[in-house]
Amino acid sequence: MKQIKMTVNGKIHELQVKPWATLLEILRDDLGLTGTKEGCGLGECGACTVIMDGKTVNSCLVLAPEADEKEIITIEGLAQGDKLHPIQEAFMEQGGLQCGFCTPGIILSTKTLLDENPKPTDEEIRRGIAGNFCRCTGYTKIFESVKAAAQKGGK
Amino acid sequence: MGEFSVIGKRLPRVDAPEKITGGAKYAADYSLPGMLWCKVLRSPYAHARILNIDTSLAERLPGVKAVITGKDFGNWTWGFMPTTRDEPPLALDTVRYMYEAVAAVAAIDEDTAEEATELIQVDYEELPGVFDPEKAMQEGAPQIHDYVKNNISVEYNWNFGDVEKAFAESYIVHEDTFRTARATHGYLEPPAALAFYDPSGSITIWPAKQSPYFHYRHLAACFKLPLSRIRVIQPFIGGGFGGTKNDSLAGDFCAVMLSKKTGKPVKFVYTQEEELTTSRRRHSMIVYNKMGVKKDGTLMAIHSRVIADGGAYTAIGPLTMYLTGFMTTLPYKLPHFKHEASRIFTNNPIGAAMRGHGITHTRFACEIQMEIIAEQLGIDPVEMRLRNVIDNPEPGSIYETINKVTLKTCGIKEAIKTVAEDPIWRDRDTMPKRDGTMAWGVGLSGTSYLSGARQLGHQSCGAIVRICEDGTVNLITGATDCGQGSDTVLCMIAAEELGVTLEDIDIKRVDTAYTPVDPGSYGSRVTVLAGQATKLAAADAKRQLLEFAAKTWGAKPEEIEIKGGIVSVRKDAEKTMPFSKLARIACYSGSGAVIIGHGYSGYGLEPLDFTAGIGNGGTSYSFTAQLAKVGVDMETGQVTVTDFLIAHDAGRPLNPIGAEGQNEGGAVQGLGQTIYEDFIMDKGKTLNPTFLDYKMPRSTDVPDIKVIDIITDDPDGPFGAKEASEGSIVSTPPAVVSAIHDATGIWFKELPITPEKIVKALKEKGE
Repeated sequence: MKQIKMTVNGKIHELQVKPWATLLEILRDDLGLTGTKEGCGLGECGACTVIMDGKTVNSCLVLAPEADEKEIITIEGLAQGDKLHPIQEAFMEQGGLQCGFCTPGIILSTKTLLDENPKPTDEEIRRGIAGNFCRCTGYTKIFESVKAAAQKGGK
Repeated sequence: MGEFSVIGKRLPRVDAPEKITGGAKYAADYSLPGMLWCKVLRSPYAHARILNIDTSLAERLPGVKAVITGKDFGNWTWGFMPTTRDEPPLALDTVRYMYEAVAAVAAIDEDTAEEATELIQVDYEELPGVFDPEKAMQEGAPQIHDYVKNNISVEYNWNFGDVEKAFAESYIVHEDTFRTARATHGYLEPPAALAFYDPSGSITIWPAKQSPYFHYRHLAACFKLPLSRIRVIQPFIGGGFGGTKNDSLAGDFCAVMLSKKTGKPVKFVYTQEEELTTSRRRHSMIVYNKMGVKKDGTLMAIHSRVIADGGAYTAIGPLTMYLTGFMTTLPYKLPHFKHEASRIFTNNPIGAAMRGHGITHTRFACEIQMEIIAEQLGIDPVEMRLRNVIDNPEPGSIYETINKVTLKTCGIKEAIKTVAEDPIWRDRDTMPKRDGTMAWGVGLSGTSYLSGARQLGHQSCGAIVRICEDGTVNLITGATDCGQGSDTVLCMIAAEELGVTLEDIDIKRVDTAYTPVDPGSYGSRVTVLAGQATKLAAADAKRQLLEFAAKTWGAKPEEIEIKGGIVSVRKDAEKTMPFSKLARIACYSGSGAVIIGHGYSGYGLEPLDFTAGIGNGGTSYSFTAQLAKVGVDMETGQVTVTDFLIAHDAGRPLNPIGAEGQNEGGAVQGLGQTIYEDFIMDKGKTLNPTFLDYKMPRSTDVPDIKVIDIITDDPDGPFGAKEASEGSIVSTPPAVVSAIHDATGIWFKELPITPEKIVKALKEKGE
């Protein structure tokens, strides 16, 4: 077992982890943050996307020890109490979700995109979420949601 | 229409708050104290006899609590119809497809369970396999099931009118062979369930099912328990699209059986590789199509011979094959048609339902063949269609096809005219057709799909509307929202009918202990049928409430209206109260009343005959016209799709934002199957069982999509609604194929149209 310390959604966690455990497993199984989804476990679908030190990562490809001393944001960390994050509001208003399984990952990819580039072009939006599959929406309403979030100043 | 308060508004999904905050729990998110993990052992052969299974080593591994094999299920098998129950939870003496489940383990954690499966010794005798349906039909081919001959799983032969005479009278008779892709649903949530078998004899399960009542019946039959003791509690569902999540799987049965053996809750989550190699997938089909047309473009006759790769078991195949043919008569007038449909067993994974079920294959063939003929006749594709489309029946009248499919509304003509007016179509001859290596093209399609799908059995949806004393409302149905947005639409229907706001309605997901039995979420049936049930239930509750209001005011119930949460007497401005007050009055009347409205859908009672192809497979029919604009790189064969324009007759979209999302999603899924998606198979083995190699569209691959609503207000749908979620997966393939033809001059008849196929065809053409 290996000792790690990481900040998740602003809270410090000190954990004993198996060296081969993934960040995804730690978030879901040890911390109960099941908003992060496992779609493929191979880094192909993006459903397990979280933000680590300001960058999106596929948490299924990050070994838990690699998250030591890192700051993680998951979907549960976006809203401030009852107040939704502007990106969450935009996805709700624009219908940028259907089954919801890819939604946490796509919202976090959107956050990273808008943090780096608050006024993305259509092409930049497409590229910004290219690491996340969505099988339900055909992406159209997701693009509209990202645009609406940008208009809200949704970083 | 201004008369609606809730219907027709662009309202956010009722489940959005849970889904955007990470609070929505899917099957894999559930756990219970003391829970064990189930892993399934799978066969490395596509066709083999099981000689012996030795589980002793696995049982001795520390942490392993139980190991089961096919014998634990007796000889129980399941399937779509009493005559086709050919699939066991775990293979008994024969495996019929690669990675079929043969044993399962329950252990204290996932790693131990997986390690234990590797310790199970199975002795196989490999049998010759057959993987091509046309070879499997031949005499002497390896036989996959004893109960049929020549591997014929389903066979229909229908004949309407006089096809031969009509061909003889045609100016052009064209024959072509079309092939559709080995495609799959590609939802991101793999199959999963958490199950508990209570030793007193009841099952509770949280499974990823879009049609939980199929599963409820399967579990009762498999474990020989009364239905009242099967509790399926519906988690959120991470995408469905038919097939696997409409059915039960080895993992489901094994988790329950292992729970029964151990007394502990048991959970399984398939890997995405297990899903992509073993789950039900869309049938790939060969369509031999013959079409006869008069010189003026009038469609005379169609003869389709369809051969579907059914894979190893029947599953829902009898319905699939019916669907390949019964809508050949829509959306174009067709006086004569002949349909021969064969579903053939092979040692491939099982073919089953997927969005656009059955219809997408043959409509693709018919649309492209009609375009080929129009080109030969020198008739414009729009004109060709307009000469043949079915007119919108006058209100109160019914159009009936030769195989007794009936329409009360039909927006195909308006849809085709609408897309033809768009600049993309209008300017197709004047736009630049070539830009460096890129060739540009525009294509069009006009198609139909059913709403309120019927089967040969239980058909009705039920709903309960319960009025709480504070004026809020519980809506209880057996319908499942697997992402399509039906929970929102059902709440909107209840709110509209009761005269309250959407926020006043709460819907819970299925719990078979409390919710009314429901056929399931397939065949675009939820809005139409659960919607009708909801509307009736709300009307029933409202009727009860109005009686209390009438008593309070000394008025007649019919003089009272409820709108926007306000109850009032129409002609007396003094008499008004909030809905919440009326609810309190009603619930507190006397010693306390119970205000519960109930309703069930009443469509689908007329005869339906699969084997003869006669009757309505749906309660109403949607119509779609679609444009696609594509660029084809003439050097690399890569296709870039820039625009989709979809004009869709959903009767009336109840929540336009949801109906648009369905059209957009269906179109992109259809795009995948037209130019990207295909399982590469080698003797029953899926060679590309990952999302990296099975290529689904990403955000950078999709066109700009515009959806236009064609309003026809169908009398058989709640507030005029028809299907919205599958039409575009039927209209997209022909529109894209036709656009690729416009760009390259080549008619591609085999899906998907990969860059390799394009480059090869261009070389053959001498470009």
